[in-house]
Amino acid sequence: MKFQIEDVTVYFPYDYIYPEQYEYMVELKRALDARGHCLLEMPTGTGKTVALLSLITSYALARPSPPLKLLYCTRTVHEMEKTLAELRLLHSHLPPTHRSLALGLSSRKNLCVNPYVLSSASRDSVDSACRRLTASWVRAAAAEQPPGAVPTCSFFESYDRAASSGPDAVLLPPGVYTLGDLRALGREKGWCPYFLARQMIRYANVVVYSYQYLLDPKVAGIISREMQRECVVVFDEAHNIDNVCIEALSVSVRRQTLDGATRNLHRMAQEIDRFKATDASRLRAEYNRLVEGLAQRGNLALTDAWLSNPALPDDILKEAVPGNIRRAEHFLSVLRRLVQYLKGRLQTENVETERPVDFVASVSSQAGIDQKMLRFCYDRLHSLMLTLEITDTDEFLHIQTICDFATLVGTYMQGFSIIIEPFDERMPHIPDPVLQLSCHDASLAIKPVFDRFQSVIITSGTLSPIDLYPRLLNFNPVISRSFTMSLTRDCICPMVLTRGSDQLPVSTKFDMRSDPGVVRNYGRLLLEMVAAVPDGIVCFFVSYSYMDGIVNSWNEMGILQDVMQHKLVFIETQDVVETTLALDNYRRACDCGRGAVFFSVARGKVAEGIDFDRHYGRLVIMFGVPFQYTLSRILIARLEYLRNTFQIKEGDFLTFDALRQAAQCVGRVIRSKADYGMMIFADKRYSRHDKRSKLPGWILSHLHDAHLNLSTDMALHIAREFLRRMAQPYDKAGTGGRKTLLSQEDLEKMGEDPMNMF
Amino acid sequence: MAVINMAAKYKTTVKEPGIPGVLKMSEEKIIFIPNDPRSAMKLNVDFRSIKGHKFSKDGSKQALLNLTQDSEKGGGYIFEFDKFSDRNVCRDFVGKVLGKFQAMMSSKQNEQPVPEKPAATMHGEQLSTTEMEHRMKLLREDSELQKLHKQFVIGGVLTESEFWATRKSLLDDDAQRTSKQQAGFKSAMLADVRPSTDGRTNKVTFSLTPEIIHQIFAEKPAVHWAFLNFVPSKMTEKDFWTKYCRAEYLHRTKNSVVAAAEAAEDEELAVFLKNDDILANEARRKIRRVDPTLDMEADLGDDYIHLPDHGILRDGSKETVDAENDIARRTLSQDLNRHAAVVLEGRALDVELGDTRTVAEALARSKQAESSAETSDEKTNQERLKRVSRMTEIEDLQAPHSLPYAPLCIKDPREYFDSQQANALKALGDTDARIKPIDCSLSTEEAYIYLMEQISEVKVRGLNNPVVQPEAALKVLNGLNQYLSSTKYHLGKNPQESVLDRLPNRTKDELMHHWTSIQELLRHFWSSYPITTTYLYNKVLRLKDAMTQIYHKLQETKESVQSDFRHQVSRLVQPMLQALDAAFAHYDTEQQKQYNKGVSKPNGFVQ
Repeated sequence: MKFQIEDVTVYFPYDYIYPEQYEYMVELKRALDARGHCLLEMPTGTGKTVALLSLITSYALARPSPPLKLLYCTRTVHEMEKTLAELRLLHSHLPPTHRSLALGLSSRKNLCVNPYVLSSASRDSVDSACRRLTASWVRAAAAEQPPGAVPTCSFFESYDRAASSGPDAVLLPPGVYTLGDLRALGREKGWCPYFLARQMIRYANVVVYSYQYLLDPKVAGIISREMQRECVVVFDEAHNIDNVCIEALSVSVRRQTLDGATRNLHRMAQEIDRFKATDASRLRAEYNRLVEGLAQRGNLALTDAWLSNPALPDDILKEAVPGNIRRAEHFLSVLRRLVQYLKGRLQTENVETERPVDFVASVSSQAGIDQKMLRFCYDRLHSLMLTLEITDTDEFLHIQTICDFATLVGTYMQGFSIIIEPFDERMPHIPDPVLQLSCHDASLAIKPVFDRFQSVIITSGTLSPIDLYPRLLNFNPVISRSFTMSLTRDCICPMVLTRGSDQLPVSTKFDMRSDPGVVRNYGRLLLEMVAAVPDGIVCFFVSYSYMDGIVNSWNEMGILQDVMQHKLVFIETQDVVETTLALDNYRRACDCGRGAVFFSVARGKVAEGIDFDRHYGRLVIMFGVPFQYTLSRILIARLEYLRNTFQIKEGDFLTFDALRQAAQCVGRVIRSKADYGMMIFADKRYSRHDKRSKLPGWILSHLHDAHLNLSTDMALHIAREFLRRMAQPYDKAGTGGRKTLLSQEDLEKMGEDPMNMF
Repeated sequence: MAVINMAAKYKTTVKEPGIPGVLKMSEEKIIFIPNDPRSAMKLNVDFRSIKGHKFSKDGSKQALLNLTQDSEKGGGYIFEFDKFSDRNVCRDFVGKVLGKFQAMMSSKQNEQPVPEKPAATMHGEQLSTTEMEHRMKLLREDSELQKLHKQFVIGGVLTESEFWATRKSLLDDDAQRTSKQQAGFKSAMLADVRPSTDGRTNKVTFSLTPEIIHQIFAEKPAVHWAFLNFVPSKMTEKDFWTKYCRAEYLHRTKNSVVAAAEAAEDEELAVFLKNDDILANEARRKIRRVDPTLDMEADLGDDYIHLPDHGILRDGSKETVDAENDIARRTLSQDLNRHAAVVLEGRALDVELGDTRTVAEALARSKQAESSAETSDEKTNQERLKRVSRMTEIEDLQAPHSLPYAPLCIKDPREYFDSQQANALKALGDTDARIKPIDCSLSTEEAYIYLMEQISEVKVRGLNNPVVQPEAALKVLNGLNQYLSSTKYHLGKNPQESVLDRLPNRTKDELMHHWTSIQELLRHFWSSYPITTTYLYNKVLRLKDAMTQIYHKLQETKESVQSDFRHQVSRLVQPMLQALDAAFAHYDTEQQKQYNKGVSKPNGFVQ
């Protein structure tokens, strides 16, 4: 359908539209008009993504100059695929003259088609295998020697040949390209899909990639550097964005890292000696360049670009590298001293927490490395590795980590802390010392994004309380709004279960979680539900260890066997391959009518981005409140920072964090208004007002008072009633005064009479 | 049917040792002659007194056959055989004879004495017992069919095979239904064998059944592979399973130190404890075909946060696994996932569980077939894409998709279409008034245009012969209508009642029976043309005779009924007579042609 929002013609790929979507688009358009940032919370299951895509695409079509580019950030690759699929649907509804180019971008690992490179297992080894074939000096060597003597990548070579005649030669025709499409295209044309995509994002109207490509300075520095200001940046499912920002600037150093770094240094020393003997001029050239203050070698070849500086672009000093690390040997000895110093620090028996200022001072006094040298570590290392023509970068990750750490600790004095732990809190008998530089200030990483781009849209199904995010991320949204959901029927049924059938309370509170009575009551709950609910059921647990424990207990008690009488059981594990296959099988089991249960972990990978909509999830059970591990030193340090800076109480933040995770988990069951699902919060703590009130409004509004303090048998009764009610036919368009589905006609009527809107 | 002679022991109760002798069975009698001529235990029983038979399972202790006289009271003649095969021969024979008697019994209940010539009917073909039983069962279930069978087959008009030849679909359909349904794996985790202890000694006992072993093979390819390789070349099957159970026990008790030590010593044991490489390979293969919107593995390749040592390491959400010991890594979760996946895949085997070796080999074969079938990647890719795009659509924002449909499967077409027709007729009777308004919506212009088109078409093409002669069609239609309206008039308003219901029961049954008989005969009659063999010629002769008989019977019925029904009955009988007349006429012309050495007309031609 096609309709007007003020002066913009919006193309929408469906025949009908939800009123929420329309409202959402109106708000979005105002934000775009104002060229400001905005924060929008809209319940899951109301077609947020498609509304977003269709409005921004239509907006860009309506205002062709300056060309507006959409950078759509997802948390995961599979969400990227989902977004691209929606985009493809939208594209098929755009007028043919307005076709634009949209593509997804990922790492070499996900895009490469070279069989030799692909045989490597991890991302880093794929990267370095690629580099071994495509680095500029390798290609130069290949050009000099007879063909075949030095292996190169045929895909990259043919792409490079095609691209050398100008960017138009490789310009993709308009359309939507998923990663799979890019790979297929690459195979067909013999071009390297990765570099093609890297090149194409400059010309694309829509780029879909992962958060890190904008937030992590190391990645953003090489990939998103050239994006113009006229971009709309969307962070979808952004309720965890503060954590992503924090992670982007955090580094940890373990003993293995230091050992590896020592080996790296040794090898670099050998390389330097070799160069000195054969090609001393190279080292001299590097020195001269560094004198001139060029840490980077000017214009790097596309393939030589490496992870960029871990510090944010604004904070990187634009001055010459300090004299005492210009010479390669000197720099190496500085690094050696630093590694030695860190090794000494790791030998501590106690947990130590330090501010960066103190740490830098102590490095300076004990290892003789001042702050400025620390700051230049990363760039200096990068330059040295290029000079030494090192291609197997995956081998040098350790020293790279050390330099990351040095640069960050030398750059930032505020909002960070350094924590040294001799062992993991939960396994005190296993010595595993680690030194962590943890960032507490989420606004640091996202600040350049807010500064650089015209509009940044942060949206998710759970952004409550919505006023907290601007504070955490330190920005001023022009629009910040939380939408409710107008339902045709009560298709979600949240319940709080506080007791088992034996009326004893259930909870995952630390002192209760291993109580066999609680374990059994949880098991009975699942067993009853498995027998009553059709198709898929999803269970979320508070942590992997808790899930492993409870599943083992259920297995011993025979509950698991009883559950298997009704449904197949699949479990998320820490192994992603296995989890992916389990999910795939789970879906097939639901498709074929066999029914299945999926055990998953809140804050886990599955909770992060897999939808359990329609028959894939008729019921979600959240076992316990997914609090963070409160004894974690990092969390304690962060809470302290939050209290000091934003006056946020520890308890409030922990509850907020736990409830947004819980809401996120249960929110995955609803996809549209035709869908339906139940949500059981199985913990007595949910019945308390301070916890419950932190749930997003769209869940709270369906949480009846009668459902706040249920036992297993009552919940079962409600579930049966609910399922029976949902099985009845209903009027999709909504009855009574309030319409829940709008057709083009309705929209036109609304446009004529703006006073009557909603 | 032949007579069976078999050595057997006769006993009155199961526990008795029994008297050795020879069992003779014929169609009518069961005779037992003891080896010891002095023994008083001579038997001479009429088969008719036998009501049922029971037998012990193959593979049980004794090969017993119990011929019961009265199913309620029990008691009967118990015979023990040396071998199961001997017993089975007798059992099948008894089954056959009993089945036939049953058919006769039920016909007797209908008070229609039948001349018995059973022996003549069976000679035409060799039938397996199961097939025979199957037919018996069909006859027992369908009394109409049984009547026909009795009348024609036992009456000698049709042979057994001819009779069943026209009912192939019935046989096939039933064969499919009765064929053993393939059962999938049990949902329960059988492979998770739990040891039992007797509580007194330190012994633990594992018990494995063929079902469990099959599941173990399916879920643990390493064990399967090891079995194929080691047994029997390296160790006996018993040793193999002992070793397996030992490994399981070590795993269960989580005694990783001992496990590691034992694995180091014993490489076969290590196979069970190590990570399953075959599974890992399979996973790698499968992950490539997974739905991209689920593929979390791709994330791992993208997230730059997953650089080692970047991001927050120890905040409690991630748990470090000690990867040093690859033995202790198999967890319950993995087992559960694997089990569920195998159950979902279903059982691709149709081998009787029992011999472990054959099961293992069959599984290996099916796996091979599976992996070779995986070549059509392009197609699955397309399908996957289609699925993804379907999944992304929000269903209630647009018109519904045409749903995938399953083809309609009509079990008994005749019954279905007859009832449909009846409904349609009924509806027709009721809705005469409703049909008319449809035409009224046409405007004069439209009607005119339509007619013009028709006329111009006729002008172009000229009048061609219609498929049905209009005069003939009209005649038939008129006739039917007349009957309908007149019967309707006679019947009055009651829609449930039909003409037949008003007839006396006896007449009605007779008519119905004649009708089905005629159908049967005509079907055979017309299908025998063109006559190419003498066999067919004879068959037609037989059929003709039977038809003539029925013709006469019909006439008789017509005349015998009371006067107030005579009109109705004659009207009902008329189409039957017409059909028979047509057949006779055809027969006569064929005969004529045969006589004149003329070429026979194509099959099924009716003037």
